[in-house]
Amino acid sequence: MGFRVEHELHKRRFGRNVGVALVLVAFVVLLLGLTVVKVTRGDFAPQAVGQSAS
Amino acid sequence: MTDASIHTQSQQQEASFGDYFALLKPRVMSLVVFTAMVGLLAAPGGLHPIEAFCAILFIAIGGGASGALNMWYDSDIDQVMSRTKSRPIPSGKVTREEAFAIGMALSVMSVVMLGLATNLVAAALLAFTIFFYVVIYTMWLKRWTPQNIVIGGAAGAFPPMIGWAAVTGGISVESVLMFTLIFMWTPPHFWALCLFMKSDYRDAGVPMLHVTHGRASTRKHILVYTLLLAAIAIGIGFTSVGGLIYLTVALVLNALFVLGAVSIWRRSDADCEADNHKREKSFFALSLLYLFLHFGAILAEAALAPYGLGGW
Repeated sequence: MGFRVEHELHKRRFGRNVGVALVLVAFVVLLLGLTVVKVTRGDFAPQAVGQSAS
Repeated sequence: MTDASIHTQSQQQEASFGDYFALLKPRVMSLVVFTAMVGLLAAPGGLHPIEAFCAILFIAIGGGASGALNMWYDSDIDQVMSRTKSRPIPSGKVTREEAFAIGMALSVMSVVMLGLATNLVAAALLAFTIFFYVVIYTMWLKRWTPQNIVIGGAAGAFPPMIGWAAVTGGISVESVLMFTLIFMWTPPHFWALCLFMKSDYRDAGVPMLHVTHGRASTRKHILVYTLLLAAIAIGIGFTSVGGLIYLTVALVLNALFVLGAVSIWRRSDADCEADNHKREKSFFALSLLYLFLHFGAILAEAALAPYGLGGW
């Protein structure tokens, strides 16, 4: 049997693997969007020395 | 057993993506999404749309994760009851270990992500909701007391409170009242269903009220909870999330709901058999509309407030 022949298991699980991949990609995009919002708004900006002292 | 037989068996019981999704109880998740969204939009202040989307998503995932853990623990009951026989674990598509792993992983992920997206109060409330549903309700009360649905209903009542906390970072009278609305609504809603559904709780060993105390007692309980619910539902109309629209909706719906509960309370088993539980079925259908319209009215008040039309 050639190395490139697709195993029956891969065919069977194709739908599930695509579903998991799409969920992971969507999660990464969501995290990116959330990070952009937080950083743009300055949620994680370090406080100035004068501000933290006061 | 040969390799061929293993393959044939696994082919028959191979879990699809949808089977794993079914572990999260999508129908329950839709209620969680709607009520959490109303709590979030009715709260004073606001979130960035992406933060709001993340908050609702992670609350829904947390709710779904607790559903997966419920299916993991209750797989023995699900196997016996006809309503739950086709769930992923009893049907052999997903193993208990997989359900546990998915439930735990999604629980931790949803709480951490909600905390990062919004605040620690919302994350703590979500963590407590998952704990309450899985440990207090599923593992302890469900198999122990006929009041299981009353106390377990609290888990389904938290989402609007979490949505509110996601915006405000705290708890208020309004968010507690929204919690109480769902908490008091769950028993009459579920007991009405129990009165007309073919019940196999007895076979499963779950002490539901109509099994342990009889149908007459269940009808009485429906009436008492409906009266208490009406007081709370109308009371919300006088808080900051209420207004003329909400109060009108609440007065009409609660009048209908109380009338329905009274008519159920007056009936005997013979009456129910005679009309095939017609009133119980219509009361159950009304209960679905009841919750949807109450939260819909709160949403309408919040949506119209910027135009000077909603609220008091």
